[in-house]
Amino acid sequence: MLRCFNRMHDLYPGHRYDGAINLMPDGVDILHKDVDPIEVRMRISMVFQKPNPFPKSIFENVAYGLKVRGEKNRSVLDDKVEAALKGAALWNEAKDRLNELAVNLSGGQQQRLCIARALATEPEIILFDEPTSALDPIATGSIEELIGEIKHKVSVLIVTHNMQQAARVSDYTAYMYLGEMMEYGETNDIFMKPKRKETEDYITGRFG
Amino acid sequence: MSDKHLSTQFDAELSSISTRVLEMGGLVEQQVAAAVDALATFSEAQATQVIRNEERVNQLEIEIDRDLSNIIARRQPTARDLRLLIGVSKTIGNLERVGDEAARIARTTHRLIASGTHGRHFPTTAMVVEANMANASLRRSLDAFARLDVNLAMQVIRSDNEIDAEFDGLLRKLVTYMMEDPRTISASIDLVFVAKALERVGDHAKNLAEQVIYIVKGTDVRHTPPDGLESAVS
Repeated sequence: MLRCFNRMHDLYPGHRYDGAINLMPDGVDILHKDVDPIEVRMRISMVFQKPNPFPKSIFENVAYGLKVRGEKNRSVLDDKVEAALKGAALWNEAKDRLNELAVNLSGGQQQRLCIARALATEPEIILFDEPTSALDPIATGSIEELIGEIKHKVSVLIVTHNMQQAARVSDYTAYMYLGEMMEYGETNDIFMKPKRKETEDYITGRFG
Repeated sequence: MSDKHLSTQFDAELSSISTRVLEMGGLVEQQVAAAVDALATFSEAQATQVIRNEERVNQLEIEIDRDLSNIIARRQPTARDLRLLIGVSKTIGNLERVGDEAARIARTTHRLIASGTHGRHFPTTAMVVEANMANASLRRSLDAFARLDVNLAMQVIRSDNEIDAEFDGLLRKLVTYMMEDPRTISASIDLVFVAKALERVGDHAKNLAEQVIYIVKGTDVRHTPPDGLESAVS
């Protein structure tokens, strides 16, 4: 489902979209065939299940999206890379090794680097696809903490199978079951007093 | 809880905690009945027994609380499971205080016997009536908890004013005693406190019933006027 939001299904032959996703405030339907998917991905970044840094330096990873957009001014790049790394709570650990290969970072650091890379182009939405499923509890905690920080600046759409993670990080929760949306509402309501029995059965561990 | 968790161990933990709440409820109900009986019959031995049992009530509260913490820490319960545990936590607090009221009545009985009140005429029958009403309320709220019965819980809440009215009547009676014979003042004041303790038992029963509604419906009906109850729950 997450792949609809940045038109990734365009890359899979035989896939098609049904319906519309209107991105506010301008209300443009990002699924419309006249809308350029590259443009959509500029406005909507994505962080994946496994950290996927480019085989480049830490600096180049974060600067990549900006360079694709044509930014050449070195001091602007420096500033934006620093801001993005700070935004992803990686600056203190990375500032002295910006030219090192990103793959030398730990798993949790790599994931934060991917978040910095996503933040660098100042998107309106960041999609998170199971961002902590490959991480240990401490790295998971720092990513969740980070999501709590960045959600004040950018909308976060996260898919997770970890219900407690959904409860911890989100303001609104949609419960999906076999591709259908069963219930959507404020996270407090979903976890305390869901409307549908199916939702309650699932979150309390009463699987049919 | 009608249907089962994937984890049967979790089911067992939740049902064990409910069973223990009912055990504690049964014990405090017995305590109230025994305390009032001891007062009505001026039985020192029975009052002593009530005070002794109080320890068991306190112990149950601590044990159930410990089980609650363990379940929350290990299972991260949500929705109705979480509401059950929160409801149980408040329920046992109320039951423990019912136990305190019973012990208070027993101590008053000791004092009355020690001061030689024994044999004088007091409205102890009316006291027994109030105690029966409060205990019936308590039993019904525990039944409502056992069966997760919202309608029964609402009945308990609505009938609380009957116990309050009984308390007011008892108070008037005791004032009459004091006015007629000032020598009864000291003992009558003790009985005022007993009547008040019983009225509090009724309040705790009402609190229990409110928790049952919270557990089942997720609606907090505390401080809801009785005539607004139906619409709050639906």
